[in-house]
Amino acid sequence: MVKYDPEYFGMNSITGKIRNAVITVLLASAVTTIVTVMAGAPAFDTYMKIIKGALGSATTTGLVIQSWIPVTLCACGLLFSFRIGLWNIGVEGQIAMGAIAASAVFRMDSGADLAMASMIAAAMASVAGGAGWAFVSGWIRVKSGVNEIFTGLAMNFMVHGLVLWLIFGPWKKSGGPSMNGTEILHKDLWLPFSDSCGISPAGIAVTLAAVVFTAVITGYTKAGLRLEAMRTSPYAAHMYKINISSYMLTAIMISGGFAGLAGFFQLSGICHSITPSISGNYGYLALFVVLFSNFNIRVVPFAAFLFACINTGAAQLPLTMKIDPSIAGVIQGCLVISTIAVQTWYSRKINKVKV
Amino acid sequence: MNGFDISLLLSMVVAGAAPIILAATGETISEKSGVTNLSLDGTIILSAMVAFAVTSHTDSLLTGFAAASAAGAAVSTVTAFFSSYSAQSRIAIGFALAFMTRDLAYFIGTPYAGIKEGIPRIHNFPVPYLGDIPYIGKIFFNHDITVYISLAAAFTVWILIWKTGTGLKIRAVGENPEAAIARGLNPVLIRFCCSVCGGFFAGLAGASFSLAAKAGWGQPQGCEGSGWIALALVVLGGGNLSGATAGAFLFSFLQIICSGFQDWFPGIPAHILKISPFPLMIFTLITINIVINLKKGSIKNHCLFAPPLR
Repeated sequence: MVKYDPEYFGMNSITGKIRNAVITVLLASAVTTIVTVMAGAPAFDTYMKIIKGALGSATTTGLVIQSWIPVTLCACGLLFSFRIGLWNIGVEGQIAMGAIAASAVFRMDSGADLAMASMIAAAMASVAGGAGWAFVSGWIRVKSGVNEIFTGLAMNFMVHGLVLWLIFGPWKKSGGPSMNGTEILHKDLWLPFSDSCGISPAGIAVTLAAVVFTAVITGYTKAGLRLEAMRTSPYAAHMYKINISSYMLTAIMISGGFAGLAGFFQLSGICHSITPSISGNYGYLALFVVLFSNFNIRVVPFAAFLFACINTGAAQLPLTMKIDPSIAGVIQGCLVISTIAVQTWYSRKINKVKV
Repeated sequence: MNGFDISLLLSMVVAGAAPIILAATGETISEKSGVTNLSLDGTIILSAMVAFAVTSHTDSLLTGFAAASAAGAAVSTVTAFFSSYSAQSRIAIGFALAFMTRDLAYFIGTPYAGIKEGIPRIHNFPVPYLGDIPYIGKIFFNHDITVYISLAAAFTVWILIWKTGTGLKIRAVGENPEAAIARGLNPVLIRFCCSVCGGFFAGLAGASFSLAAKAGWGQPQGCEGSGWIALALVVLGGGNLSGATAGAFLFSFLQIICSGFQDWFPGIPAHILKISPFPLMIFTLITINIVINLKKGSIKNHCLFAPPLR
């Protein structure tokens, strides 16, 4: 076996992957424990409260699933943009834009006379809204070379302003503008959900379909292979007369479309109105999920579930332990950094070995 | 604001721009060496918290600034370490650190939120004679020490990068690391030092926020988003420190206009005015960058995606 083969270091075997995962979790736990102790909180109790806060009851598990849906959808979309080498930081704004587009459709049928048709039209509008918003970042990138990270950030700020304008302006509540958001949607325009745990079966079904779709396209089609090839060697793609710009735009629009769909589920399934926090930071969380799962679609749903558990469980901490819920962000960040550290260590080892 | 004093307005612009100038100065050093610190925003927030917390415990502003600088340098050390090995991980680490350090600051800083009493304040220090010059004196020479440090730092770093042998080495490592290696330079060490230096200045910027410009700590503190602006000033401005300084003044001007002159814009809600400087600024910088790229006739190959050193 050639020494610079990743197989030599056991990176691709099942035991190797489990070992890497254990090292990652141990590293992240060590750092988070130190931080928690520094803040004067008992580390073990904090972890137990987070787990109990996430999975301790049907209601809390339902909240986890409610977070899991938009995070997984966004993560599936991000895999397309990452595959061609684009960092779609604007995913956060694309969620909100999808929700705004869906809300615009719902407002045309405020009495819910054509509820099913409105739902389908709103879902399609949300995909179009998210994809269109992503198109702007992608277009600036391909036409002028300006990094999509900054355009994405600017678009996020813009849509935040747009949301506030809608809440305080044309879409304000009939009794007057309120930071709670716009008028609540008619109940017939809410996604059906189970009464016991608040889970939307349609949301779960669409999310699982998105995961399968992403896995098939990225792993088993020529288009998925081309995206990867273009990222690895754009000059070779140019020599083969492949239009890299169109693939870049397509990839970022698919990413935006998935995020827009997440916005639809946020609007119709959870918030039922446009609120200042309609995107719920799920876009940035999805970025973390993708990094943690090392861009592997098979790991994404599980990573998204883990991160959703941490988010939901930590939300209970102010009540149960008087601890700020920001600990969730620290844990998630540590997990991502540990993953990158393990991968970087292996790649360093591989590069150092002489043939 | 009732009445309108242009020199007071410009004085506020200069004072408000000081932390961003410090952050942009540090980021310029780092970026010129080939390391773009995407975690700048989180570093500033964490440093702001550390400065406020240490100052509240020690009653010493100097200790607060020192601790904040150390915190900024520590975060940049992590970025520098990963930047040496993988271009992909450079962005991923920067992004992960940006949000992790922000949440870390909020988590550890909870006990210090809202404290106003008993914290030493930085007082204004008018420069003798210069502070008495009509208009100019009020605008530039009647501020606290952080403003003077920011302007002096920007000037000094400009001299260092463009007029000294050390600066030439830094730029060589950033522009062509393979050639730098051939000339006997150690790019890894130089990048590491520059990155730590950049983090030091980011720490000073954070301390300037919580101890001077927007004194206090809370969630949010008020400095959120400033790191991204400083980063955009440097990256989209092509690492031009004088341009970054001018951009910092422009951003500060936009912030003051949008928050202090709301009655000039009666049709726009206050919440929207408050956040509008951010997208306005970034789009201005994007437009400038597009014009620069069109003039150059090629896509700028930025160190964000430069291959790692082996």
